[in-house]
Amino acid sequence: MDQRRADPRGALVRPYAVTRGRTEPRQDIALEAVLTASLTQVAESRFAGHDKHRIATVCEGRAQSLAEIAAYTRMPLGVARVLVADMVAESLLTLHTAAPAEGFEERMELLGRVLSGLRRL
Amino acid sequence: MDFAGYDPAGGRPGRGIVSAKIVVAGGFGVGKTTLVGAISEITPLTTEALMTAAGVGIDDPSKVPGKETTTVAMDFGRITMAQDLILYLFGTPGQTRFWFMWDEIIRGAVGAAVLVDTRRITDAFAPLDYFENRNLPYVVALNKFDGAPQYEAEEVREALAISPQVPLVLTDARQRDSVKQVLVTVVEHAMLRLQSEHGRGFPTPVG
Ligand SMILES: Nc1nc2c(ncn2[C@@H]2O[C@H](COP(=O)(O)OP(=O)(O)OP(=O)(O)O)[C@@H](O)[C@H]2O)c(=O)[nH]1
Ligand SMILES: [Mg+2]
Repeated sequence: MDQRRADPRGALVRPYAVTRGRTEPRQDIALEAVLTASLTQVAESRFAGHDKHRIATVCEGRAQSLAEIAAYTRMPLGVARVLVADMVAESLLTLHTAAPAEGFEERMELLGRVLSGLRRL
Repeated sequence: MDFAGYDPAGGRPGRGIVSAKIVVAGGFGVGKTTLVGAISEITPLTTEALMTAAGVGIDDPSKVPGKETTTVAMDFGRITMAQDLILYLFGTPGQTRFWFMWDEIIRGAVGAAVLVDTRRITDAFAPLDYFENRNLPYVVALNKFDGAPQYEAEEVREALAISPQVPLVLTDARQRDSVKQVLVTVVEHAMLRLQSEHGRGFPTPVG
């Protein structure tokens, strides 16, 4: 047990230690929602702790989804979601929109773009 | 790389980059990861969610001290289509008892492809049941394994009681062009569904 406490990021062990026990994200973030971090945001994230800084670094220069952030940082999805939602609230990450769920025109336009994107592959 | 609508100096609310996702579902070992890997620009990544062993979907072991937790792994790939458009492909966990994860994965998806291994057709019942009871457009893709019985698509449709509106395609999950065709079918089907629902004055439900 003591050993577990010594490494809060240890795989599967007390995984929510890095969020200080919080398990509810401030805002729900879709698996595929993408996030970016500017150079300024990456620099500021240094003062927000090791885990947040790692997340910002992953999103620097390349948009990454919540799922990618969790995979690259090896955090369980729920943990990554709490931290990412915090970082969005703290302006350490910029959240971009996932597929618009409403509006016929918007939905059709998005599907059309995905379709031509696939055909071009 | 720079982003459309991306402001390197500040952290203002994001606009610009939109993502979409397509779900690749199916039973154990039907070729989901293979299919994603055949077309993804990144080697499929895995992310893990924690659940109690009971599978009730609590992503928080601290709420149930002493109870066993399980990890559910899902893998996914990515296709960057434009500076401001990314398509993600999410594979469902093979074990259909993790329905909770499936619900999370399909939320907001464009549509799904349900992979069927023709050597084990009956394994497809549970995944197909799942999608029949959801509002997500889906297609069925028969993954041809070597030495598998050569069924006609229509025989499979009948055996699995797949409704006539659901597209059914043959695929080889290892072949990029074949996988691309499956995904094109998913998106076309989703567009048709959306259009017909719109024509009938329905809202546009997703997921
Ligand atoms: N011959 C042949 N083999 C395939 C095909 N698709 C997948 N395989 C093989 O089948 C095995 C299982 O494929 P996976 O892609 O891992 O299946 P999966 O659905 O991700 O499996 P789980 O995640 O464990 O449920 C692998 O050894 C693949 O190489 C196919 O189209 N043809
Ligand atoms: Mg797999």
